[in-house]
Amino acid sequence: MRSVRVVVAGALVVVALVLQVAVFPHVAWDGIVPNFCLLIVVAAALVRGPAFAATLGFFAGLMLDLAPPADHVAGRWALALVVVGCVAGLMRQDTRIQATTVVATVAASSFIGTSVYALSGLVLGDAVASPGDLVRVIVVALVWDVLLTPLVLPGVMRLLTRLEPAGAR
Amino acid sequence: MLPHRPRHVPRLLRGYRPLRPGRDASDERADRARLRSRMFALVLACLTLMTLDHHPGSGSPLEPARTAMGAVFGPVESGTASVVRPVTAIGGWFTSRRSMRHDIATLQSENSRLKAQQATEQYQRNQLAEYQGLTSAADTLGQALVPAHVVAYGPAQSFSRTVTIDAGSAAGVQPDQTVLNDDGLVGRVLRVTRTTATVLLIVDTGSVVGGRVGASMQVGFLRGRGGLGDHGALDLQLVDEAEAPTKGDSIVTWGSKDGAPYVSGVPIGRVTAVYASLRESSQRAVIEPYVDFGALDLVGVVVPSGTRSDRGVIEADGTLR
Repeated sequence: MRSVRVVVAGALVVVALVLQVAVFPHVAWDGIVPNFCLLIVVAAALVRGPAFAATLGFFAGLMLDLAPPADHVAGRWALALVVVGCVAGLMRQDTRIQATTVVATVAASSFIGTSVYALSGLVLGDAVASPGDLVRVIVVALVWDVLLTPLVLPGVMRLLTRLEPAGAR
Repeated sequence: MLPHRPRHVPRLLRGYRPLRPGRDASDERADRARLRSRMFALVLACLTLMTLDHHPGSGSPLEPARTAMGAVFGPVESGTASVVRPVTAIGGWFTSRRSMRHDIATLQSENSRLKAQQATEQYQRNQLAEYQGLTSAADTLGQALVPAHVVAYGPAQSFSRTVTIDAGSAAGVQPDQTVLNDDGLVGRVLRVTRTTATVLLIVDTGSVVGGRVGASMQVGFLRGRGGLGDHGALDLQLVDEAEAPTKGDSIVTWGSKDGAPYVSGVPIGRVTAVYASLRESSQRAVIEPYVDFGALDLVGVVVPSGTRSDRGVIEADGTLR
């Protein structure tokens, strides 16, 4: 059962990554695409809590850092998504899961994720946009993520709930 | 939304009737401690990765991991792109009358602009010399083009402008080769796998291209601004501080030894604004690239003539091999 969970989580992340780099750039707004990997991590955080989501975030981020078009310092998206998984998971424990909570969690996570990524770039001296562009990227990415939430999160959360280990139910 | 989560029974009390139902304080403390140690491990792992990879390029110990990841993801991205391409092409069929009218207006203004350009004789003469140089360079250097499709774009959230193309080492593509399309210079190859290659676009902040002003033959360096949008801008800084490019001048690549990473004579863009910086005592110009980086599709990689490739290669004289 554990291996099935790992395979399903891995497959979700691969599909998210391919959607993000190969499909959605065709409808992107100024090259900004919805961050599907982040949505998967938030769904995992809402269903399984911070520890699982942070681990999933690490591996999803690692894929974002290493899969082909990426050329930034590896570990930057991994760190951003680890933080997102942890924060989103802790938010879930404080509140009951409702539609508004899910949307609020996605919005907060998107903001935190993109910001942590940009900050790590500043610290490492990696490529970072001008402040104006930075704010635009964060806001547009947030809008994209919130818009895609009703299409992505319910299905992914149902799938992850079904695969939840019996002991944790 | 979700069914109510059943209460968790601590392992010690499993099989016994709980004194207090539900999670107690010690259980919660244990959870927190577990989360804290896991977060510590994960963040440490991230920081280790960043430290290891801080000098990207061939020296990075993570380069094999990138190549392995590319070997797995490249074919997936190519496959997805070939499935998506017919769908994105549908958009072109629904060109409405209004957009056609818009196209005509654009073309007319473009035409008048070109006519005005034609009037500048000196520019034309230089241009001619340039083209002669270009053709002779193509003859002597013996370059050929490997055609490829752009299959994946790096998201703007990553603040680096890179794309994946579906030609790799099997097609004869190697790192540090020039990538161009029918409009002008696109970028250079960063790394290759067997079937794909990663291309750094010239609008990336990490990209520096040697450029030459078409009208005055002055040389300078073009740096990407990493700008968003379809037309990211470039900054041109001329080597000769006394010279200033004029608005509308076209910029071509300067070229380097053996054509790596950039071959010479590829059009890059045209000057849209010029600034004189007193502090740096040099002229800075803003260049608008000819290439529409938001709609890249078919590109060509410049390879040495006679390269073995798994697909048709366009030779310098225009023949397909």
